Amino acid sequence: MVRSTTKDAQDLIRALWSAYSATPTNLKIIDHYVAFAVFTALIQVVYVALVGTFPFNSFLSGVLSCVGTAVLAVSLRIQLNKENKEFKDIAPERAFADFVLCNVVLHLVIMNFLG
Amino acid sequence: MAATDAQTSLRHAFGNVLAFFILILIGVLAFSIRLFSVIKYESVIHEFDPYFNYRVTQFLTKNGIYDFWNWFDDRTWYPLGRVIGGTVYPGLTLTAGTLWWILNSLNIPLSVETVCVFTAPIFSAFASWATYLLTKEVKGPGAGLTAAVLLAMVPSYISRSVAGSYDNEAVAIFALIFTFYLYIKTLNTGSLFYATLNSIAYFYMVCSWGGYTFIINLIPMHALLCIVTGRYSSRLYIAYAPLIVLGTLLAALVPVVGFNAVMTSEHFASFLVFILIHVVALVYYIKGILSPKMFKVAVALVVSGGLAVCFAMIAVLVAMVASSPTMGWSGRSLSLLDPTYASKYIPIIASVSEHQPPTWPSYFMDINVLAFLVPAGIIVSFFCAKIVCLIFSCYSVEFLTKSRWSLLLQACFSPLSDASSFVILYIVTSVYFSGVMVRLMLVLAPAACILSGIALSQAFDVFTRSIKLQLPSLSIDSPVDAGDGSSESVVPDDTVKTDKTEDTQKERTSKKSRSRKSSSESVEKPSSKSQIKKRLSVLPLETSIIAIVLLVLLGAFYVVHSVWAAAEAYSAPSIVLTSHSHDGLHVFDDFREAYAWLSHNTEVDDKVASWWDYGYQTTAMANRTVIVDNNTWNNTHIATVGTAMSSPEKAAWEIFHSLDVKYVLVVFGGLVGYPSDDINKFLWMVRIGGGVFPHIKEPDYLRDGQYRIDNMATPTMLNCLMYKLSYYRFVETDGKAFDRVRRTEIGKKHFKLTHFEEVFTTHHWMVRIYKLKPPKNRIRGKTKKSKSKANPKTVSKRKELKRNPF
Repeated sequence: MVRSTTKDAQDLIRALWSAYSATPTNLKIIDHYVAFAVFTALIQVVYVALVGTFPFNSFLSGVLSCVGTAVLAVSLRIQLNKENKEFKDIAPERAFADFVLCNVVLHLVIMNFLG
Repeated sequence: MAATDAQTSLRHAFGNVLAFFILILIGVLAFSIRLFSVIKYESVIHEFDPYFNYRVTQFLTKNGIYDFWNWFDDRTWYPLGRVIGGTVYPGLTLTAGTLWWILNSLNIPLSVETVCVFTAPIFSAFASWATYLLTKEVKGPGAGLTAAVLLAMVPSYISRSVAGSYDNEAVAIFALIFTFYLYIKTLNTGSLFYATLNSIAYFYMVCSWGGYTFIINLIPMHALLCIVTGRYSSRLYIAYAPLIVLGTLLAALVPVVGFNAVMTSEHFASFLVFILIHVVALVYYIKGILSPKMFKVAVALVVSGGLAVCFAMIAVLVAMVASSPTMGWSGRSLSLLDPTYASKYIPIIASVSEHQPPTWPSYFMDINVLAFLVPAGIIVSFFCAKIVCLIFSCYSVEFLTKSRWSLLLQACFSPLSDASSFVILYIVTSVYFSGVMVRLMLVLAPAACILSGIALSQAFDVFTRSIKLQLPSLSIDSPVDAGDGSSESVVPDDTVKTDKTEDTQKERTSKKSRSRKSSSESVEKPSSKSQIKKRLSVLPLETSIIAIVLLVLLGAFYVVHSVWAAAEAYSAPSIVLTSHSHDGLHVFDDFREAYAWLSHNTEVDDKVASWWDYGYQTTAMANRTVIVDNNTWNNTHIATVGTAMSSPEKAAWEIFHSLDVKYVLVVFGGLVGYPSDDINKFLWMVRIGGGVFPHIKEPDYLRDGQYRIDNMATPTMLNCLMYKLSYYRFVETDGKAFDRVRRTEIGKKHFKLTHFEEVFTTHHWMVRIYKLKPPKNRIRGKTKKSKSKANPKTVSKRKELKRNPF
C-alpha cells in the first residue's frame, strides 16, 4: 500500500512537472514573481515571530503588500492565459494596464500605512 | 436588413436618451421629496446625532483637516474628554466639508449649516442613480429605471435622509449601493479596473458608517455560495481577492477601525473565504493541467495528508477565538446576531428606541407595496417570466405534445446568474437583520427596491408585449419586434391576424383556432420552437390591459403613501414641535430657547449635566461643556449621572459637585403633553445607574411593579432628584398639578429645593435649568447639631475635607 502511494506520488509529481513545463514563458515569469512575493511575506512573518509585533501597522502593511501584489499578479496571469475562454476579448495591454493601476493604488495605501 | 439595423440602432439611441432624461428626473424627484421639513419648518438640523456631526463639520471647515484629524474634544464627557479623530467615522464630515470648500472656492457663499442640511437629499439622488446601475447589471435597463424610481421614494430611506437629517446613513447608503454595483460589475466583466474602483468605494463606505461590516460579511458569503453551488469562475477570484486585500488595508487606514480590521471576528469570515478561494483556484488549475486519472490520484494524496494539517490549524484558530469572552465580536455586532444579547448585557444599547425590533405594521409603513413585490422579484430572478404565461395558457395543455412541453420548460428556466444570487442573498440577510432592529430597515430598502424593480419591470414587459403583438396596427412592425429569430418574417402576420380574431371569441373557441394554426405550422419546423415561445408569451388582450391598469394603480398607491410619509411622518425636526389646536398652529421652540439662554447667561467654562440624549445638542447649540452625550461610550460615566438623577437631593448635589457641574438640565413634558421627557426615561436612568452602583435598586421606585408618580408612588421615587427637578412649582400652573403625559395628579405637590435653585424654565415648561447652590461659607458651631443647620454644616465639612488645600 505504502509503495503504491509513493509510486503514485512520484507519478503525480512527474505529471505535474511535465504539464507545467508546457505553459508559456510569460506566464512562468508571473508565477516566479508570485512565488517571490509569497516568500517575502513568509520571511516577514518569521521576523515578527522572532522580534515581536511592536510597529504593528508596519508589519501589517508589509505583509499585506506582499500578499496584495501576489493576488494582483495571479489576476493578471488569469487574464493573460490563452486557455481562459472568458478573457479572450481582453487585450493583454489592457490587462497589464489594469494591473499597473491596481498596484499603484495598493502601494499608495501601503506607503501611507507604513508609518 | 440594413433598414432594420438602422431602425434598431435608432431605437437604441432613442432609448438611451430617454433613459438619461428619466434618470435626471429621478434625481430631481429624490431631492425634492425630502424637502418637506424645510418647507414646513425651516432649514434646520434635526434630532440629536446630526448636531454632533454639524459641530464636527464646523470645526473642520474652520480649522482644516490636520487639526480635525488630531482633535481632542474637552467639551464633552467632562472630565474625560473625547478623542474625536479616533472615534468618529469621518466620511460624512469630510464629504460635507469638501462640498462646502468647493462651493466657497467657486464663490458660492453657502453656510456650513446649509451644506449640512442639504447633503442628505443630494446623496439620495446619487443613491438612486447607483441603484439604476446595480439593477442594470443584474437584469437590464428597464428594471434599473423602475428600481431607481422605487428607491427615490421608499419611506424607510426617506426617514433617515430628509433635508436636515445630517447623519452617517445619508452618505453610507449611497456608498453601500455603489460598492455592490462595482462588485457585480467586476463579477460580470472580470476586469481589474473595476476591482480597484470597488476597493476605493468600499473604503468610502468604511469611512462613512459602522455598517460596513455588513458588506465585508455579505461578499464572502456570496463568494462561498458561488463556490459551493459550483459556480466558481476566475471572474469570481478577480472580484473577490483584490477587494479583500486592498479593502482590509484601506479599512485599517481609518482610525476608528484601525487594527480591528484584522483582529476582530467581524472580518474573519472574509479571511477564511480568502484562503478557501485560493485553495479552490489551485484545485481548478491543477484539474485543468492534469489528466483525469492523475487528478484522482492527486486528490487522494492531498486529502489524506492535507486533512491532518488542516485540522491542526483549525484547532489553533478555534482556541484563539474562544479565548476571548465575546468570541472576538464587538458588542454591537453581538446584539445583532443574538437579538436577546443587548437586553441582558448592554442596557444602553437596549434602551435606544431605534434598536428595538420592528412591529409588523412598520414593514408596511416603511417599504409599503414593495413588501409583496419582493417575493415576486425573487421568483422572477429564478425563472423567466414566461412561467406567468404558462399558468395562463394551461388551458391549451392537451394539444401540446411532450416534446413541446419540455421545450417550453427549458425556455422558462433561465439560469440563476451570479448577480441575481447576490441580490437574493442580500435581501435574505437584510430581512433577518431588519427584524432585529428597526433602524436596519434602512439596509433592507435598497434590496427591496431592486427586487421589486425587477418584478415590476418584467410584469410590464410581459403585458405590453402581449398588447403589442395583438394590436392590428402594429402588425407591419412585428417582424422587427419579434426578437426570437429572423426566419419568421412571413408567419407572424398570420399569427397576429388570427390572434386578432381570437380576441372577440371565448377561450374554447380560441383553442380551436390555435389548433388550426398548429396544423398549419407543423409544416414549418425550424420556426415552430420560436413560435411556441411567442404564442405562449401572448396573453389575452383584455387581461393585459386590465393588468397594466392595476399595476399603474399599485404604483399610484405607493407614490401617494411615500409622499404622505415624507410629509407627515418623517419630516419632523424634533427640535421644534408643532401642534394643531382650534386656534391655529402652536409652535414649541423650547429647546432652542433653553440652549440660547444657556449660551447667553452662563460662563463659557460652566459644565451642564443632563441625561445623555441632550449632550450633542447642548455642545452644538449652547456651546457648553457636558458630562455625558449621545456617544455613550463610557457606561460608568452615564451610570454616575443616572445615579445622581435617582438619588435624593443631597447625594445628587455631592455627585454633581464632584464633577464640577454648575447647571442641571431637565426635560419635562407634563404641562404640554410631550411624551419623550425625562420622567418617562427615568426608569432607564435607574437601570443603568443600578447596573454600576448597586445601592440603586429598580424595585424601590416601583409600587407593585408599576411605575407611578402620583400619591401612590414610593417615597424613594417622590424624593429623587428627577422627580423634584421636574415637578418643582408645577402646582402653580393649574392649582392641581395634573401631569398631561402620565394623566394623573402628582404625588408630592408642595416642596422646596434645598441644594438647587431654579434659574430658567422655558415658555411651555419643557426644559428646566437648575443651578447647584454653592456650599455654605460659614459653619456656625460644630458641636450643636440643630435640625436646620445639620445638612449644610455636614455638607460643607465634608467638602472641606475633600477639597485640596489650595
